[in-house]
Amino acid sequence: MDLNYGPEYEEFRKEVQEFCKKWDGVNFTKTAVVPMSMSFKETGKTVSRSEWQSILIDQGYFARSIPKEYGGFGGHSDVIKNRIIASEFSNAKIPPAMGGQGIDMLVPTLLELGTEDQKKQYIKPTLHGEMIWCQGYSEPNAGSDLASLQTKGELIDGNWVINGQKIWTSTAQYSQMMFCLVRTEPDAQKHAGISYLLIPMDTVGLDVRPLVDMTLKSGFNEVFFTDVTIPEGNIIGKRGEGWAVANATLGHERGSLTDPNATVNRVNSLIDRMKEETLDGRRLIDIPVYRDKLMALQAKVMAFQSNSLRVLSSKLNKGQDTKIAGMIQKLVGTELRHELEGFAVDVMGEIGTLYEDSPNLRDNGSWQFLYMLYLGLIIGGGTSQIQKNIISERGLGMPREPKVQGV
Amino acid sequence: MYFGLSEDQIFFQENVTKFLEDQASLDVIRAITEGDAGEAQKEINSGLVNLGLSALLIPEEFGGLGLDLLFATAVSQSLGGGVAPISYTGSFVMAPLAISHGGSKKQKEKYLTKMSENSIRFGVGFSEYIGARDGSAIEIKNNKISGRALFVLDAQDASHLMFADSSGAIGIVASDAPGVEIIQLTAVDKTRSYSEIKLNNVDVDVLELTISSKDAINKSIDGGRIILAADSIGASQRLIDKAVEYSKERKQFGRVIGSFQAVKHMCAEMTSDLEPCYAMVWHAAHCFDNSPGEARLMACHAKSHVSDISKTIAKKATEVHGGMGFTDLMGVHYWFKRIGVNRQALGAPEVVREEAAKIQNF
Repeated sequence: MDLNYGPEYEEFRKEVQEFCKKWDGVNFTKTAVVPMSMSFKETGKTVSRSEWQSILIDQGYFARSIPKEYGGFGGHSDVIKNRIIASEFSNAKIPPAMGGQGIDMLVPTLLELGTEDQKKQYIKPTLHGEMIWCQGYSEPNAGSDLASLQTKGELIDGNWVINGQKIWTSTAQYSQMMFCLVRTEPDAQKHAGISYLLIPMDTVGLDVRPLVDMTLKSGFNEVFFTDVTIPEGNIIGKRGEGWAVANATLGHERGSLTDPNATVNRVNSLIDRMKEETLDGRRLIDIPVYRDKLMALQAKVMAFQSNSLRVLSSKLNKGQDTKIAGMIQKLVGTELRHELEGFAVDVMGEIGTLYEDSPNLRDNGSWQFLYMLYLGLIIGGGTSQIQKNIISERGLGMPREPKVQGV
Repeated sequence: MYFGLSEDQIFFQENVTKFLEDQASLDVIRAITEGDAGEAQKEINSGLVNLGLSALLIPEEFGGLGLDLLFATAVSQSLGGGVAPISYTGSFVMAPLAISHGGSKKQKEKYLTKMSENSIRFGVGFSEYIGARDGSAIEIKNNKISGRALFVLDAQDASHLMFADSSGAIGIVASDAPGVEIIQLTAVDKTRSYSEIKLNNVDVDVLELTISSKDAINKSIDGGRIILAADSIGASQRLIDKAVEYSKERKQFGRVIGSFQAVKHMCAEMTSDLEPCYAMVWHAAHCFDNSPGEARLMACHAKSHVSDISKTIAKKATEVHGGMGFTDLMGVHYWFKRIGVNRQALGAPEVVREEAAKIQNF
């Protein structure tokens, strides 16, 4: 066991801390999408989202290992540096680089499987926040069983003509592009009939309708396709290879949903809240039942954080086996966060239910918001039940469900 | 940066596991707990001592192996996995830690060398410091110790006993000294020994540094808690392995029950609950020797969290076995009971969580 990153990295940490000091209180222009859990002071340091992306790329704090010719920093991939950046930013409440489906999922896919032209065309604007992507995967009848999707693509006169419907499409309302799974080989076996297409959102026949979720804040959409026509070349991989292309990045999303540092910071915020909040004049943190549950949750979060260190270690040390430790991150991380936010609502009682711009609102209403949002994240990206199938089948070698005939 | 057990630790751990598989099958364990295999228990004991278990944490200058708590933690996982009938937590972990951290130079020389040779062995009674039940109390005064200690660990084979009063002062007595009465308790777990001990004005050797400092007793209890947590991890893992194995063999409705999601999900839940516990306990053990500022909180949280997780696993793994899980024949209950006692020993979860809150000045 050796938890030191070494002097080179401690130097790097100091450099990041200097950067955080310089940008303390940085704020975004009004049009930017800002994470709900962050609050910014009025400091006069205001940048646009895409300016902030450029600042971070130039510094090597974002898109580190992506080649310069595609708009990245052009350095080596370094898991420890990424971790130091994430934890220092989080401590200093400096906004991290933009994420989202284009950056987290499409860019890695393009780097691995895209043509040279596609890389040149799409990666740079995506990294700089100038090209926002949405993901067209789920359909009303293809959720957990994604490969049964039915949105149809036909090749007619050198163009793909697409008809069908997608659902749960986050950010579609302000995206420029969609990467989309479409059934192009209707006669092939179900997984072999899908292609991975790139669709401009302003194409005629593409209709985005907002689907309001329970938080009433973050928006999903339904996307309808009526003879949407795009060039034949807007495909990653070959016809019928879409399932493999999509799977190259699905693991990426599951890993990125849960940040142990963020969870630790939430526990600390909850502790602060419980020191301020009172019930019959007693501080919540002094009330034994709340105190006991708080400690139990803090312990759980600590276990999750240690588990993440172990998973990190396996990325740095070849041959270290942490198969199950990695596999459980999505399930445990989202369930834990939901439990934590929900407990905070409980300790505040009636006050915990206040929302939007209500009088007596605490912490921007973030506890109730994230309590609901994390329920969405438990369901999205492979539900907890699907995660348990994966863990039991791939982790524990238990038999798969018998297949139903003819499906 | 490397987070995990080292090759040496894994190698040693596997040796202990293999030794137990060879020498302490469930039939042997059953006979020992029924009181029919005293000889077998002695052999298991001396085999484990020959592997070095009694000397792990004793500094090299006193003839020990001078290893760290993480090493002892790795071993403890194996002992829990094999429901090993051996006095480990009290005799081989808490006692050496208490003397190393609380003894004068002379006291260390007097006890630690003999402990590393296994010619003396300690039972440990710190419950009255952690949280006294049933009005038990220990009083140390004028080199005499009196009172009653409940739930003393590992007193059965001990030549010496150590106790703590409510201030954290630690006193050592010989087991056969006049005024010492040892009453064996019968807990659900019969693989290890638990005793009530009455002391009537017994000559006591008080560990010198513990008169004015709680550091030694805290160190000993933190270490003991991490070791018990590791024992429960080992026991829980064995239960999961047994449940998964059984579910792949047992058929109902024309299918192995392991192909039903109801069963698969129970197994997935057990494993995803347990997996972070490994990292947590190793992390706590690492901090125990390397990061004193975090060590106490992590030891508390590791103990209470693993106790909660392993309790759930003990229940679910038994349920996966169906009616057979409830029988003595299948023997799942040995692990269930081991976990049950680990949970209460050295502080039940709520007791330990209150300590965790106080450590953070809440």
